This record gives sequence, C-alpha cells and structure tokens, in this order.
Amino acid sequence: MSEVLLSARKLTKRFGGLAAVNDVTLDLWRSRIHAVIGPNGAGKSTLTNLLSGDISPTAGEVTLSGRDVTGWNPERISRAGLGRSYQKTNIFRPFTVWENIRLAAQSRTPHAAGWLRLASRIAPANERAERALELAGLQARRDQVAGAASHGEQRQLEIAMTLATDPQVLLLDEPLAGMGTAEAERMVGLLLRLKEAHAMMLVEHDMDAVFTLADHLTVMVNGQVIATGTPAQVRADANVQSAYLGDGDAGPPQGAVAPSGGSAAGLPASVGGPNTHG
Amino acid sequence: MSATSVHLERLPRGLQVALALGLIALLAFPFVATDFYAQMAARMMILAIFAMSLDLLQGVTGLVSLGHAAFFGLAGYALAFLTPQGAAVSLWWTLPAAVAASALGALVIGFFVVRTHGIYFIMVTMAFAQMVFFLFFDNKALGGSDGIYINFKPAAGVFDLENKRVFYYFTLAVLLLVYAFLRRLLFSPFGRALAGIRVNEHRMRAMGFGTFGYKLAAFTLAGGLAGLAGYLWGAQSGYVNPELMGFHMSAHAIMMVILGGMGNFAGAIVGAFAFEYLLHAFKDLPAIGRFDTGKHWQLWMGLFIVLVVVFAPRGLLGLLDRVLRRKEKRDE
Amino acid sequence: MDFANFLIQLLNSVQYGLLLFMLAAGLTLIFGIMGVVNLAHGSFYMLGAYLAWSLAAKTGSLALAIVLGTVLSVLFGLALEKLLFRHFYQRDHLDQVLLTFGLIYIFEEMRSILWGDDVHGVPIPQVLSASIPLTDNLSYPVYRLFMSGLCIALAIGLYLLISKTRLGMKIRAGAFNHEMTEALGINVKLIHAVVFALGVGLATIAGMIASPISSVYPNMGSQVLIMCFVVVVIGGIGSVRGALISALLVGLVDTFGKVLLPQVAGMLVYMLMAAVLLWKPEGLFKQ
Repeated sequence: MSEVLLSARKLTKRFGGLAAVNDVTLDLWRSRIHAVIGPNGAGKSTLTNLLSGDISPTAGEVTLSGRDVTGWNPERISRAGLGRSYQKTNIFRPFTVWENIRLAAQSRTPHAAGWLRLASRIAPANERAERALELAGLQARRDQVAGAASHGEQRQLEIAMTLATDPQVLLLDEPLAGMGTAEAERMVGLLLRLKEAHAMMLVEHDMDAVFTLADHLTVMVNGQVIATGTPAQVRADANVQSAYLGDGDAGPPQGAVAPSGGSAAGLPASVGGPNTHG
Repeated sequence: MSATSVHLERLPRGLQVALALGLIALLAFPFVATDFYAQMAARMMILAIFAMSLDLLQGVTGLVSLGHAAFFGLAGYALAFLTPQGAAVSLWWTLPAAVAASALGALVIGFFVVRTHGIYFIMVTMAFAQMVFFLFFDNKALGGSDGIYINFKPAAGVFDLENKRVFYYFTLAVLLLVYAFLRRLLFSPFGRALAGIRVNEHRMRAMGFGTFGYKLAAFTLAGGLAGLAGYLWGAQSGYVNPELMGFHMSAHAIMMVILGGMGNFAGAIVGAFAFEYLLHAFKDLPAIGRFDTGKHWQLWMGLFIVLVVVFAPRGLLGLLDRVLRRKEKRDE
Repeated sequence: MDFANFLIQLLNSVQYGLLLFMLAAGLTLIFGIMGVVNLAHGSFYMLGAYLAWSLAAKTGSLALAIVLGTVLSVLFGLALEKLLFRHFYQRDHLDQVLLTFGLIYIFEEMRSILWGDDVHGVPIPQVLSASIPLTDNLSYPVYRLFMSGLCIALAIGLYLLISKTRLGMKIRAGAFNHEMTEALGINVKLIHAVVFALGVGLATIAGMIASPISSVYPNMGSQVLIMCFVVVVIGGIGSVRGALISALLVGLVDTFGKVLLPQVAGMLVYMLMAAVLLWKPEGLFKQ
C-alpha cells in the first residue's frame, strides 16, 4: 500500500509584493512520480527550493514522513530523508566522478567527520557510493574528473549524488535538461527504475518524458496551481489547455503561451516533440 | 589562484623527492651552519608550522582569514604569562595549555566569524584580530605596546631547550609531526568534507553536511596549531609583543601559503622558508648610491607580492611541478 | 555629563562618523559594483593627508590644496583602475586581498621615499580657525563643524548622483548584471572607472580635510582602514545608506565609549560588530 512521504500544504513564498509561490498544496506518494510543469516563471524552482529547505516559506507547511519540516535548513531536511538534484549542474567539478558520489555517501556514515581514518577506506560509504554509481550507469567514468565529463554524464552524476544519501523522497529539477535523445531515453529508464523505492517529484519541460513518467501531474502558472490530477485529467482540463498546453487534442503540445508575469526568459526551454532536443 | 580550483593534493614523485632532500638538508643544517643561521632556520620552521595551520583553513577549507595571527600571538602570550620572572616552567603542561588557549580563542571568535561568507568573512576576521591586538596593545596589565619578556625557555626535563641545537631539533620534530598529522587529516573523512566545503558548500549542505560545524572545527583546529607555532616562537625569541597578533603577521602568513602553493601543506612549508628568506634578502640589499635599498624593503616586498599574484597562481610548488612535468615530457 | 560636554561629544561623534562614511561609502560602492575588495583603500586616505600637507605648504592655501589634491588623486585612481584593478574584477577575493596588500606596501614606501617618515601638522585655515563658545570655558572648533558640513554636502551629492541621475541609474544597473548592462549599450568599463574614481576621491578628500585635526603620519591609512571595514560589515556590503547609518553608529559608540568606559573603549566597536553579526550575518542593510 502506498503512503504519502512528503506533503506540502498552502505553501506560499512572497518576495516583497510578489508571490512567487502562492498557496500550493501537493502530496508525494511512494512509488509514484509526481510531475510539476508550467511555463518559465511559474514558480517551479521556487517550489523546489521551498521543499528542499533552500528558502523558507512565508506561509504554509511541509511534512516529511509525518514530521513537520517547515523552515528546516537544507542539511536537516536532507538528513530527514530528502534528496534533491539541480537544474543547473551542482557537482564538485575538480573531484573525480567517484569522489563526488563517495562524498555524498559519506554524509550518512557514522564516521563522517573522522580525523584519522582514510576516507577512501570507509566501507559503508563505499558500498552506498558503488550502488549509486551503478544505478546511474557511470561505472566506466568513475575516474573521470567531473568537470571534464560530458554534459549528459554530469547530469547522471547529479542523480547519482542525490541517490548516494539514500533518500526516500527525490526532488528532481529538470534532470533531462540539455540532453540528446539517447541520453534522455537512458535517463527516463533510470527514473522509472527509481520509482519503486522512492516518492518522486519531477520538474520538467520535456513533455514527452513527462507524459511517459508521470503518475500524477500538477500544473503551475504564476505561482499558483491551476490543475492537478492524472495526466489524462490534466490534459482534458480547459484551464490548462488554454493557459499552457495549447488548444485542441491530447498529445505532445505544439507551442505554449508566454507567461504573463515574472521571468525574462519567455518561452519554456523545450516544449514539443523529440526533435527539439540535442 | 581560485579557492575553488583544484589544488595539488597528492604530491607527484618529483616533488616528493625534492621535499625529502629538503628534510635531509634540515637535519644536517646545524652541523654545517653557524648558530645564527641555525636559529634563523628554526624560526623559519616555526613560521612553517604557522603557515601550515593557515593552509588548513585557507587552502583546504577555502576560508581566507586576515586574522590568523591572533591565535599565533595568543599562545606566545600564554607562555609569557605562565613563565615567572626568575624561573622556567615545564614544557609538558604549558605547551598544551597555550595551545588550548589559542584553540579556545579560535572557538569563540570562530563562533561569530564562521557564520559569515566570502568578503564578509575576510573583513570580520581582520576586525576581530585587530580587537585582540588592541586588547593587548592598550592594556599595561597585559604588557601593553612594550610586550613581555620570557626570561627562561620552557624546561623539558629530559632535554634542555636552552641548548640551541636541542631546540632546533625539537622544533623540527614538531614540524614533522604537524605535517604528518595534517596530511593524514587531508585524506580523512573530515578533510574530504572540508575540501568539499571549499569547492561547493551549497551542495555539501544539500547532501546533509552541517557545514557550520565543520568550518568551526577547522577554524578551531587551525587556531590551535597556530598557537603551537606561537608558543615555540615565544620560547625561541624570549619576547612577545602585540605585533605578533597584528595585521601584518596575518598577511605574511597568507603570503607564505600562496607563495608555496595551497592545499597540500608542503607548499606552506616551502612558502614560509621562501618568504622569510626573501624578507631578509630584501632587508639586506646594498644601497645603490644614496638610495637606501634595504630600508625600503617593503617596496620590493610589495612588488614581489603583486608579481606573484599576477604570474604565479599555484605558487612555487606549482611552478616546480610544471617544470618537472616538462622535464618528464622531454625525457620520454 | 552636563549638557555642554554631551553636546561636544555628540558633535565629535557625528564628525568622526561622517568622516568614516566618506571612506566606507567608497569601499562599499567599489565592492558592491565591481566585486573587488581593496585593502589599499586606507592608503588613499593617507595619500590625501600627505597631499594636503605638501600642497598647502607649497601654495599656502588648504582650500587650493584640497582641490588640487583631489584632482591629482582621482587621476591616480583612474590610472590604477585601468592598469591594475580592472583585471581583477573576475578574480578570487584571495587574489584581490593579496594584490591590494602588496599595494599597501608599495604605497607606504612611495610615501616614505617622496615625503619621508616624519609626522607633520597641517594648519587650519585662518577663516575656519575660530571656536564657537558653548559655556564659560568650553567651546567647539568651527573647523570640525566645517568638516561635518562638507561631509554632509558630499553625502547629499552622492545620494543625488546615485538615485536621481542617469549616471547613477547606470551605476546601480551595473551592480546587478554586467553582461546585461553591456547588452543595453551602457559602457560598463566607463561606469567602473567612474565608481572607482568616486571611491578614491572620497577617501582622499577625507584624508585631506581630516589632516589639520589628525596630523599627517606614516601608517595612518591602516588604522582608519580597519574602522572602515567594521563600518562596511555592520552596514552591509554594497549599501551606501547602510554605510552612513553604520558610520554614525560607530562614531557614537567609539566617541562616547572612550569617555564613559575608557577601559573597554577600544573593544566596544568590535563588540557592536559581533552583536550585529549574530543578528544579521550580512550586515544591517544587505544588498
């Protein structure tokens, strides 16, 4: 039986007079992927930051595995079982791929701060790191300096590092960003494999991937949720059709309306079929 | 010379050989040099310990402190206060006590300072160190601007620190112990975490590391080790004054670490020796006509510092490494 | 403390605070806009004082010396920016710290070579040398009031420049995004040069007008630099308004501290800084 692992209630973040996230409520269930979509400036990044503790909410609450984690800082939330990957690759560029993952895994070992042992010999951290490395499919690149790895490999590393802390909840911010077709397919496969053991939230612009992966969909525009439900329900929702997906039938959308406020970037980065990638 | 860039952590074979040769030279030095130069070498070793302590903070953790000398001086003063006018004190409890005093000072100041970042951190470390400086400078009870004399070197019982050669080898032993300890620390989980904080503190927090605690621990440990050096300095020179805690001393330490090459502790040793040597060389420059070249040593020092910043980003060890690697390529 | 004494200390606090503001404003602007920390900022203060002394001695007029001195030092600052600082905007703070520390050494020695190591006095101009009587035996020097007045005038001028002029708007834009500002057709290099010149000019003028009160002596730059840093930390880097409030606060705490609690007077300002840091680690008016 599935359970709710992360729950956000009426989450709001105001910057001065502007509500970047306004009254957002959502639940993340184990073994389900919950995708959050919306135009640029919709507040998706802010929402992710609120859930991961990078910023604290103006109003509302967040519950993780039954505990109230509202306003907790990032390291506390991470330790409570939440892992987050970043849209803009946030790795340790001078370290090797292996060291990146090992360091992430080290955070959970009892000797995380030991002074005199050799870090590379701590077995629990190594085991956890190996598992994450394998899951992400990076075994061949373990000795590669992370900064010199290809973009796709760095995105895989992002995920591996997030997995290495053994979180129960995964917040993935545009894991497919900038990937070519083959890489994107591999990543989608990985995300499906992860579904079983985790509650996942996925922020993505790649509609193909979203409709393949999502069990549940939330659409945000201008900081507010305008629709939430199964992909089929959301596609049929009139509000969503006019605001975001474009008019007409189901299937990959052909275009999108520019947001009416907020970001300077205009149209979403990649909306449409597979040919818009890479 | 970016704090987030990759540092030379594992020393390549060529550098290891060079360092080994340096160690042999240090071991033999008192037998081939006069007392005066042996004392100078001992002073350089003390400064090398000071520089290594800063390297832990700056090179490994990425925290640029403009006030590290405060902890160097505090331990020297601790020895001065503990040593009575007419007798020596025991090394075996005053050394840990002085180091503890410096570590405690670092813990207290660190508590305020470590919560700041970037340029703020640089500025507040400078400010707090100046506070400590003025605390001693303005108060006659603490010695005032005149400082305090330490009339007897600490007594060690089994060996005699008043003997210059014994003091030299004692200092060398401490240098080697500190180096070995810090090298071990560098590759320990704690050390790896500190390096991670330097490269990407944000991600470290997101992974669950309580970075404030790690940084405070590094600050305190570095302060304690600086105190170890300060204690030896006080013991050797027999005199402490507020300048030991001053801004110039802190800035010199930064220079030493940069000059040698950050992040591997060997660079700090090399940098300390090179910097001290240069300082004396500049001061001893012969006059050119009526221009007192040596008196204006600060000018040469300043120009040298600017040149290093512009042209030698990875310091002397970085240069040496480049030269040795080019040599390897040619030999292939 | 009776009212006359209190008034004197208050006026002194404001005067000291305003002087610190002149220095802190430049430092915080240069850091806020260009992201470069300048340890040699105090050297411009010293430069100002020495220029005031030598030019006043040569021309016989402090006013003329201040005008000439400002022009000379602004030119010097512009040259320094173009030749050296410009190349360090993108570099690590550590590099900047080292560079400017090297410059401190160089400037001190140039000063020693050009003007020697003696302490000098600068005479207060005749027209400003009177004192306003407050009580039977206490009076307040007109010159100090003049100093405060000049600083206030410059502060107002700075405020008008930054918030009311197009140049000021461009300066504020440049603080946030260099590429974007350049894309809008604004000459970012020119803005940087202007801001740097402004900072240097303010610091030098501060040194010049302070010289009759504080005398002219080696290392006077380093002493004022540290106070300047404390002001910027408390006020918040990049905030000129923060620098003003913080400078006045520091002026008050330091001046009254020396009178009321002389034993801890030297430490009071740092304790203030520590308290602010506990409450707001990025200063009172973080940008």
